[in-house]
Formats: sequence, C-alpha cells, structure tokens
Amino acid sequence: MKTLIYGGELVLPTGVVKADLLIDGEKIVRIARDIPSFPDYNLIDASGKTVMAGIIDMHVHFREPGYEGKEDIESGSRAAVAGGVTQVCCMPNTDPVCDNAVVVRYIKSRAEEVNLCKINPIGAITRGEKGEALADIGKMAKAGAVALSDDGRSVMNSQIMRLGMEYASGFNLKCLCHCEDVNLVDGGVVNEGKNSTLTGLKGSIRAAEDIMIARDIALAESLGVPVHICHVSTYSGVDIIRSAKKRGVAVTAETCPHYFILTDDAITDFDTFTKVNPPVREEVDRLAVIEGLKDGTLDCIVTDHAPHSKKDKEVEYNLAAFGMSGIETSFALSYTYLVKSGIMSLPQLSKLMSANPAAVLSLDGGELAEGMPADITIADLNEKYVIDGEKFLSKGKNTPFNGYEVYGKICCTIVDGEVKYRA
Amino acid sequence: MLKRKDLLGLYEVSAEEITEILDTAEEMKRALNGGNKSFDVLKGKTLVTLFYENSTRTRTSFELAGKYLGAYEVNISASSSSVQKGESLIDTGKTLQALKADFIAMRHPMGGAPYLLARTVGCSILNGGDGMNEHPTQALLDMLTMRETFGSLKGLKIAILGDIKHSRVAKSNLFGLTKMGAEVWVYAPKTLIPKGFDELGAHIASSREECVEGASGVMGLRIQLERQSGGLFPSLSEYSRYYGVNDGVLKYAAPNAIVLHPGPVNRGVELTPQLIDGEKSRIEDQVTSGLAVRMAALKLLSEYREVNNL
Repeated sequence: MKTLIYGGELVLPTGVVKADLLIDGEKIVRIARDIPSFPDYNLIDASGKTVMAGIIDMHVHFREPGYEGKEDIESGSRAAVAGGVTQVCCMPNTDPVCDNAVVVRYIKSRAEEVNLCKINPIGAITRGEKGEALADIGKMAKAGAVALSDDGRSVMNSQIMRLGMEYASGFNLKCLCHCEDVNLVDGGVVNEGKNSTLTGLKGSIRAAEDIMIARDIALAESLGVPVHICHVSTYSGVDIIRSAKKRGVAVTAETCPHYFILTDDAITDFDTFTKVNPPVREEVDRLAVIEGLKDGTLDCIVTDHAPHSKKDKEVEYNLAAFGMSGIETSFALSYTYLVKSGIMSLPQLSKLMSANPAAVLSLDGGELAEGMPADITIADLNEKYVIDGEKFLSKGKNTPFNGYEVYGKICCTIVDGEVKYRA
Repeated sequence: MLKRKDLLGLYEVSAEEITEILDTAEEMKRALNGGNKSFDVLKGKTLVTLFYENSTRTRTSFELAGKYLGAYEVNISASSSSVQKGESLIDTGKTLQALKADFIAMRHPMGGAPYLLARTVGCSILNGGDGMNEHPTQALLDMLTMRETFGSLKGLKIAILGDIKHSRVAKSNLFGLTKMGAEVWVYAPKTLIPKGFDELGAHIASSREECVEGASGVMGLRIQLERQSGGLFPSLSEYSRYYGVNDGVLKYAAPNAIVLHPGPVNRGVELTPQLIDGEKSRIEDQVTSGLAVRMAALKLLSEYREVNNL
C-alpha cells in the first residue's frame, strides 16, 4: 500500500521545502517535487499544510497499569495522536511500578492492542522506585525498556544512583534523572520566591533541583556514562548543563512547554492545574530555558504529560496532585511560543520535538527522510484555536493553558504509514 | 458595603473597603464597650464556624460575633488529620450550603483552602486563617487597635518581630497596613524571613533596633516550638536574646508606642512578661477589637448578600 502526501510544505533538517512524500508500507520511500500518483495510491492532500516528522514525546505518564482512572494506554494514545505525537516513552511510576520485565511486556502488549502511537516503556532504576535496591534492569532491557528512570523522585542515595547508572550502561540504557533533593524540597509545592510568600504556599528552592542536576552530571562524568536530565526548570540548572556539555560530558536534557511559557505568576489564584513538579518558576528561568533550547543546551521538548482525575485536582493546593495534561497541546504551544514568536525556526523546533529525542534514546524515526519510518505529523500552522482542556481526548483535563490562543492545529497523524488521527 | 461575597485576604481588598470595615468595627466596639451585645443584623441568618485547626480565641470571637449579631450559630471542628484523609473540603462546603448556611468562618492548615471553598459554594466565606497565607480579621483588629490609638494609620511605622515566614498574620498586616499608608518593618532570624517579603512591600531590618526605631506599633509574633525542632533557630533562649522584644529594645520605639501580639504569647520569648502586662500593651484590647472587626465584617458581607440577592 502506497500513500502519497502531496502539496504540503515539508519540514526537513535543512529547511522547509515544498515537496511531496511517498510512503510504501511502513517507510518513507521518496521525497521530491511533483511525485506522480497512481490510481492505487492512497492520497493525502496537504496543500496549505505543514508536514513534519512525527513528534516523539519521551516523557509521558500513561498511568497504566494501576491508575486507569487518570489515564490508560488507549486514552493516552488517542490523546497522543491528536497532539501529533507518533511515539512516546512511558514513565514507570505505575501500580505496580514498572520495575520488572512483566510490566514492560504488559505495556508493550497493550500498546500493540491499542495500535495507535508507538509506546516505549521506561523501567525504574530502583525496585518500586524506592531508591534502595536496583530494579531488574537487565531483564527489563531485554523485554524492551528503552531507558531507566525513577521519575517523580530522585534516587537520593548517591551510591545507589552511581550503581544504577553504571549497571545500566552495560545494557546501553540511559538514566533519565528527575532532579529534586527531597530534603531541600521539604514539602514545597511551588517555586520559592515572591509568589510562594504571597500565597503562603510552601516554596521549593532552585537549589533543590540544581544540586541533583549537578550530582547526576558529576556521576556521569566520573563514570564515563551518558545521562539525561528531565524537565529542567531553573536558569541555574540550564547553566550547569551548558558548562558540562562544554567539558564534553555526555549529558542531554529536556524541558517542557510550561517551563518556557509560564512563570509562578500563574499560581497566585491557587489554581491547582498550575501545580507541577518541578514547579514553574520565574521570568529569569523561563528566559534561560528558552535560551537553552536555542543554543542546544536543552536537547528535547517533552510534555511530562501527567493526566489526573478531577478528584486529584479539585482539592486544596497542598493536597492536589502534581502534573499537567500536556500531550495534546505541546506542538501548538511550542510552535506558537517559539516559532511564531520568532525565537526559532520550524526545523529547529522539529529537531527538539522529534530528531533529538530519537537520538537521545536511539529510537527509530525523528526525521523526514527516505528510508525512515513513516511517522508523520501534518499541521495547519495558520489555524488559530483556543485551548479547552474539557475537550481533551486524554482523561486528564488538567491544563493550565485553558483559554490560550494558539496556532498549529494538528490535522493528521501517521504512524508506520497508517493514518491514526485526522482532525 | 464590601465589594465582595467573601473576606479571604487583605491582598485583594481595597483601602476604601478596609476603612469601611474599621469604621463599622469602631461603632460596634463602642456599642460593645457600652454594654450592648444584642443586635439583629444577622437575624435569621446562619453562621458556621468550620475550623480544621485548633483555635480558642479566633473561633470564640467569630462565634460570639455571630451570636451578638443575632445569627444562628453552629460550630464544626474538623481535625487537621481529616484533611489528610482526603475528606473533601468541597463536599463539606456543599453540605453546609444545602443546610442553608449563609456564612462560613473557616480556619484551615493549607493556604488557599478558603478560596477553593469560596469558588465552590454561594455562602460567604470569612477566612479565619489559612496555612501561611492570610488571616485578614486578625490584621484588621490590629489595625483597629492602632487606629484607635493614633487616629490614623497613615505614615505610621509598624515593627513586626517573630516568625514572619510562617505567619499569615504578618502577611495580612503587611497588605493591610501598606494599603492604609503605614510602613511595615520586620525583623527575625534569617531562616524565618520569607523570600521576596521586601518585594511585597515590607522593609527588612538588619537589627532589632533598626526595626523598632521610631515605630508606633511593635508587634511580636508567636514562635512555635516545632520551628526550633525543625532547625530554623538553635534554641528559644538564643531566640529571645537576639530576637525578642524587651524594655531595652522598646526604648527605640516612638514615645507613645503600643505593644501588640496576636496571641497566644510565649512569655519571655517574643516579649518579656513586663511588656506583656505593661502599660504599653494592647494585647487584651486587641481581643475586643477582634470581636468588633468580625461583627463588622459579618455585617458588611451580609449587606452585600442582601443587595446581590444571595
């Protein structure tokens, strides 16, 4: 079965060009101007639209097994393809925790049944994400885990973290580090600063994140293994990563749309949808995160998609769950705030959302090129719409971006040559 | 009349509204001091006190304020632990609304909880202290006591010493007093000064003397023992030596200065016993001001409800 996407603007690493794209089976086989079509071709008219490599979101929480009230692999996948995301990596803080091969296989088999986007499980570094003993790292690697993380918390014991990173490198697995010194956080729920004082909500100081970023980089540097820093939110954290990269440390890093769009001004009316870990911080941080994305210090844009049910969020701010439902809005928000605003080019954004995540975790895809998997996102960059969380396909309606006007509506999402979403 | 259904914090209340509350409270206080405790302002209305934290004076004050104004009155004590168990505040609020409560005076260990309730139910919420956020009626009673003494708050320097970081009283006083044209100075161990307090309008003193110098109001704030066990300062004796207010410190204040404390006081820690019981102390009068301020707030919110058919 061949599919021809014609008339669109293709986002290639070198620039945006007007060209057609031919898919044969699961692969992209040709990119050229005016590819002739044949009667048996499946045709997709992309006139006036933009055709990009499928978005790879390497940091999501699909909550299955265990928390299906918040999200499951099916609802998460539907949300993903609606957001133009063709491939995700699922964090292991499920119930049971994904710390063994059985859960890894379960997630992969559910992904196959649902058959919408590609789903890569991430295994826990430590058993039960308790930070005490190493999880079944080798068995999980063989079962298909693509990385390791105790996301949601740091492995506080540096010796355990060292052993985890060291052992994982024997299976070519990277640790994705959630950076947070829990003693320093000390129950903080928002950024420590003027607005934590204003609201009386307990603040969490930048150093709580920075110390762990620095520690995990120090471990990686000492051990000579690669490391990846999750959801960077502080200006100082960006600097620590930048200087490590300059020294040649094999560190990569990610951030999320809320860290380059929001500041903690958003928390002042106690809207629990703004509660996220690490917390949204101040303008100096927001600008530094943008700078980090521009200069290559931060490699990837991810969502940390953290869907929650109403009862997890319609409570006192202190009691509310951390996290934002973001997978359906990441492209439009990133496009609007980074490309439309003139900060970077579309190929640069595509690299941050597709090619770089693929490179960080050695995943297939990430670029539009002949021979690559046909994971493709088609968007209308001119169509403006207003974000309304209640309309999300995700079970998690918890977005702090309700009412935001954005550009870049996803029109069509193709995974391995099959259309999985059409607006 | 206030311009709002609820009294949640002084951050969002205007100077005009504060003046109106204080004017009304002054009338109330005059009546109370004249022996009148029987008003029919809230006749047929229901006030519920919903306290998730222990309190004697604030709760009793709200309760009597409601009773003196002629309201039906119910007290609900929910332990802090029931919050943790996940009993939904929203459900509790909806239940009280269905029971036809008009006013809920509420205390809660978590900042923002009264805002959540106020958004959910039609009852008027009076914040009786939420976590480290605000305690508006406490600040209003402090302001009433000061205004009665000095005639006006404008241009006054007010010194606040004690646990600023965890104090909703300090915050509400900061917002209220600066709106009324007063200057707020604070002094405390560095671990008890919250980040950005200066950005919110406070002056952070570098010594006790600088804080108190020329101040008309000198307020001590309660130091909770768990702050010491949490390592925020080494010992109570060190605290009182370097951060407590005594006669020697008070000499720096304005000659007619008054001493305030929201209570309960740790005698000899925040303030020396001589100051607490001395002639400059207004600590007892503050309690009467509190009653008057709460009556005033209830009256004005009730007028808002009437006009808006709530």
